[in-house]
Amino acid sequence: MPFLPSEPDNESMRACIGVNDLFSDIPPSVRLSCPPLTPPPRGDVEVERAVLGTVGANRPVVSFRGGGVYRHHVPAVVSSIVSRGEFATSYTPYQPEVSQGMLQSLYEYQCLMAELVGLPVVNASMYDWSTALAEAMLLCVRVTHRDAFAVPDTMSPQRRAVLGTYAAAAGVDIIDITHHPETGQMDLEHLAAVLGRPCAGVYIESPSYLGFFEEHVPDMAALAHDTGALLCVGTDPLSCGLARAPGSLGADVVVGEASHLGNPVTYGGPLLGLFAVRDDMALIRMMPGRLIGKTVDADGATGYVMSLQTREQHIRRERATSNICTNEALCAVACAAYLSYLGPRGLAGLAEALMANARYAMRRLSSLPGWEAPAYRSFHFREFVASSPVSPAAIDAALAPHGLAGGIPVGTHAALYCITDLHRRDDIDMLCTVLEGL
Amino acid sequence: MYRQAAYDDDLYRRSRPGAAGYVPPARFEDAPPLPSALSREVPPDLPELSEQDVMRHFLRLSHMNYGVDTGMYPLGSCTMKYNPKLHEVLANVPLLTMHHPEDPPFFVQGTLALMWHLSELLKDLSGTQALSLQPAAGAQAEYLGVRIIMASHAEAGGGRDEMIVPDTAHGTNPASSAMGGCRVVELPSRDDGRVDVDALAAIVSTRTAGLMLTNPNTLGIFERDIHEIAGIVHDAGGLLYYDGANLNALVGRARPGDMGFDVVHFNFHKTFATPHGGGGPGAGAIGVTKALEPYLPVPRLVRDGDTFSWSYDAPRSIGQVRAYYGNVGVMVRAYAYLYANHGRMHEISGQAVLNAMYLLHLLKSHFEVPYYDDAPLRMHEFVISCAALKKETGCGAADVARRLLDYGIHAPTVHFPLVVKEALMIEPTETESKGELDAFASALIEIKKECYEDPKTVRSAPHVASRRQLDILAAAKRPVLSRMHERG
Ligand SMILES: Cc1ncc(COP(=O)(O)O)c(C=O)c1O
Repeated sequence: MPFLPSEPDNESMRACIGVNDLFSDIPPSVRLSCPPLTPPPRGDVEVERAVLGTVGANRPVVSFRGGGVYRHHVPAVVSSIVSRGEFATSYTPYQPEVSQGMLQSLYEYQCLMAELVGLPVVNASMYDWSTALAEAMLLCVRVTHRDAFAVPDTMSPQRRAVLGTYAAAAGVDIIDITHHPETGQMDLEHLAAVLGRPCAGVYIESPSYLGFFEEHVPDMAALAHDTGALLCVGTDPLSCGLARAPGSLGADVVVGEASHLGNPVTYGGPLLGLFAVRDDMALIRMMPGRLIGKTVDADGATGYVMSLQTREQHIRRERATSNICTNEALCAVACAAYLSYLGPRGLAGLAEALMANARYAMRRLSSLPGWEAPAYRSFHFREFVASSPVSPAAIDAALAPHGLAGGIPVGTHAALYCITDLHRRDDIDMLCTVLEGL
Repeated sequence: MYRQAAYDDDLYRRSRPGAAGYVPPARFEDAPPLPSALSREVPPDLPELSEQDVMRHFLRLSHMNYGVDTGMYPLGSCTMKYNPKLHEVLANVPLLTMHHPEDPPFFVQGTLALMWHLSELLKDLSGTQALSLQPAAGAQAEYLGVRIIMASHAEAGGGRDEMIVPDTAHGTNPASSAMGGCRVVELPSRDDGRVDVDALAAIVSTRTAGLMLTNPNTLGIFERDIHEIAGIVHDAGGLLYYDGANLNALVGRARPGDMGFDVVHFNFHKTFATPHGGGGPGAGAIGVTKALEPYLPVPRLVRDGDTFSWSYDAPRSIGQVRAYYGNVGVMVRAYAYLYANHGRMHEISGQAVLNAMYLLHLLKSHFEVPYYDDAPLRMHEFVISCAALKKETGCGAADVARRLLDYGIHAPTVHFPLVVKEALMIEPTETESKGELDAFASALIEIKKECYEDPKTVRSAPHVASRRQLDILAAAKRPVLSRMHERG
C-alpha cells in the first residue's frame, strides 16, 4: 500500500484551506458519486496473491524465437544496479546537478554503444528498434527533402508495419528491395534500379531479420551515397562484439534493439531502441531523442547535462525533430552496466558462443529428414531460417506439450530459429528429438 | 541537512587490462571465424572490469542521483508519487519476464489475462469503450490518437488536417500532432487560465480534425466549460483528445469519456505509480469510443471464454506504432496498483488535490499565483510565478528551483507552462505527508527571503549537490557526446 491518508492531518489541512468542496469546478453532470471504498483497499499479501495467481496461468517455455527481440540472461549485478531507487524513481534529469548519476550513466551508455556500432553520436534511447527505424526514416526525409525510403523485403514484418504507419503519416513511400533467393543477400542491381527514384534513405539490416550478415554493405553505402541518399543500418549491437561495426562500413545512421543487453524480455516490453548517427551537425541537429553531453561545473569538475535540447518537443513544439518525451532510460542504464560487465572479451565470447551454438542447432536440424538449415547460403550470426517438411503451426503444436516453442513462422514450411545464451545443448537436442518424431 | 555524495568516478579510468567478471557461455561445437570482410578489425573499446568494479561504479553514480525514494519530487505535470516496492518484485517474477512476444499464446495466458483485466479497469476509469495498451508512453499515445482521428476523418471524406492545441499544452501535444500529419492551430487561454471558448468557436472549421486538451490543464485548473468545448468541436465535425497526464486529479471522481472526449490516454508512469526510471520506461494506453474502435492498432487482444489470443485481422486499423503489445513490465506494476487501489481511486485523487491546495494555501501570500483572482481552485498541481521576484532581486524561477536542491528537495518544473513567466509548476502528489508539504513551503518562503538578502547564494545554487552549476551553454556550443566523439 503506497499510503493511507492521515485523517487528523487532512482535517487540519482542510481547515487551513477553508474551501468546502475542492472539486466544485467539475460540472455535477460528470461527477461520479464516489461510493464508499469498493472494493476495499487491498494489502500487499492480497495483491501479491492476486497478481501471482493471474500470472500462474503462464507456462514456462524454452523458446527458439527471436527476430529482433531476444531473451538473454540478466546478470544479477545489472538488476541490482537498476533496482536502486535513486535511479529507478527519478524523472528525466531536468536538474542536472542532483541527477549526475543518471546523466553519467546515460552518457556512458552513449559511449559504449558508440564503440560498438562505430558511430560517435548515440541518443539516450528510443522506444524500440521499430520506432528507431521510423525516426531514422523521418530524419532522412528531413535532411534530404525526399519522399521515398527503400527497405529490404527480407526485413521483420513488425518493423515493416511500424515503419509503414509512420511513413503514411509523413507521406513517404516505402519501396521494397528484393533479395537473391539462394543467399538471401540484398539484390544490388535491384537496389540500383530502385535508386533511379531519388530516395531519402536506404535501410538494410545486418544481421538480417533472417539471421545472416549482408556481405556488401560498403557497396550499398556507395550506391546510396551516389544518389544522395543516406544509409541506415539496422543491427543487433551484440553482433558488433565480433562483426564489423556498421559505422565502419559506411552507415550514416544505425538503429537496432539493445534491450537484451541487460534487460528481461518481458513479452516484448519495455524494449530499448538504439539510434546513432555520424558526427555531422546536419544530422545531429535533425536527430530525435535525448542527448547527454559532457561539460564542466562552476568549479571546473567534469559533469553531464542534457544537450542540444532545442531539437526537442518541450522547446521546439510542433517543429521538434520528434515527439518523444518519456523514453527507455533505465533500460539504457542496464545496457551500460551490462556492457561494462562483459567488457570487450566477454562480449566477443558471448557473440562467438551464440554463433557456434546456432551452428550446432543448424547441423542438428539439418540432420532431420526433410529439414534444411540454414535455408539461405550466407554467414549467419545466431538466427537462421530452417525449412521443414511440416508447417510451423504443426511444429509448435507438437512442441508445446514439451514446454518448447519453435522458430517464428516465416513461410508455410519455414521458420526463423534463434539461439541465445539461455539455450542449453540439451534444449536443442530435445527440440530435435521431438521434431524427429513428427 | 542534505549533502549529496560527489564522486569523480570514471568507467574507463577503472578499466584494468585483463580484468573480467563475466564468463561467456559454453560452445556446443567449434565455429570457424567470420571471414575477414565481415569480422571486426579491432575489438570495441569497452572497459575491462570485475563485477565489483562495475557494482561500485554504478552504486556511486546512484548516490549522485535524486529520486522519489530520496525525498519530495514535486515536478509539476510528472506526478512523482511513491512507487510501491511490491510492484518491482511482482514485475520481475520469471513467469512474467521469460516470454518472447512471439511465443504461442498457450504459454502466456496469465500475461494476456492480466492485460485483459487491466484494459477493463482502464475503460471503466476513463469512460471509454475500447482500448489499446500498445503505446510506449504518453507522447506515443498522442501520436496514435492523432492517427486514429485522422483515419476516421479520412473515411468520412478527408479534408480535415488541423489539430487545435491550447497555448498551455505540453510540448508533446503539438509535436505529436505535427508528426501525425496535422497542422497545429494554437488556442489562446483566457484571464482565468482556461481555454478561450469564444476563440475556439472562431477557430473551428471544416478543416478541424480535433482538439487536444489536458484537463485539468497544465495550470492545474479544471476546464469547467468542458461540455461547451466538446459541443463546439463535435458540432464542427472534430474529435476530442484527452491528454491523460493530469488524470491523477480526477481518477475515480470524473471520467474523460463522460466529458465528451473521444480518445483518452493514460500515463502509467504518472497516474499509476510506476517508476519513471530517470526518463523511462513508462507506458501509455489509449481508450476510445465505440465509433473509433475499428482504427485501434493491431494486434488486438481477443478473448474466447477463458482463452486469450492476438488478432491482426482489423482492416480499418491504423496499423502499429511499435513492435508487439506495449511495455508489459510496466503494465504489471500498474495492474498491481489498480488491484490494490481501484476501490479508493477517488480517495487518492482527493488526497492529491487536498495536498496541492494546502500547499497553495501556504504559498499564496508569498508568491504570485497567476489567474488566482479569476480561478481560485487548483486541482493536483498549481503554478506560481517568480516574475516579480526576478525583477526585484535578479533571482528567477530557475534560481529558486536550484536553491531548493540545497534544502534536500527536488525542484518543481521550471518555465512551464509557457503562458506563465518565470513559472514554477508544483505537484506534490498524494503520497507526501503534511510534514513534507510544510517543510517544502518553509523552504520556498525561506529562499524567497534569501533572494532579497543574499541573492548571490541563490543564483549560484546548488551548493550541496554532487556538482556545482553545470555549463549547459558550453555543452551545446561544443558538444561532447561520447568518448568516440571526443576523440574526433
Ligand atoms: C501534460 C503532459 N502531456 C504529455 C506528456 C508526455 O507524456 P510521456 O512523457 O509519457 O510521453 C507529459 C509528460 O511529460 C505531460 O506532462
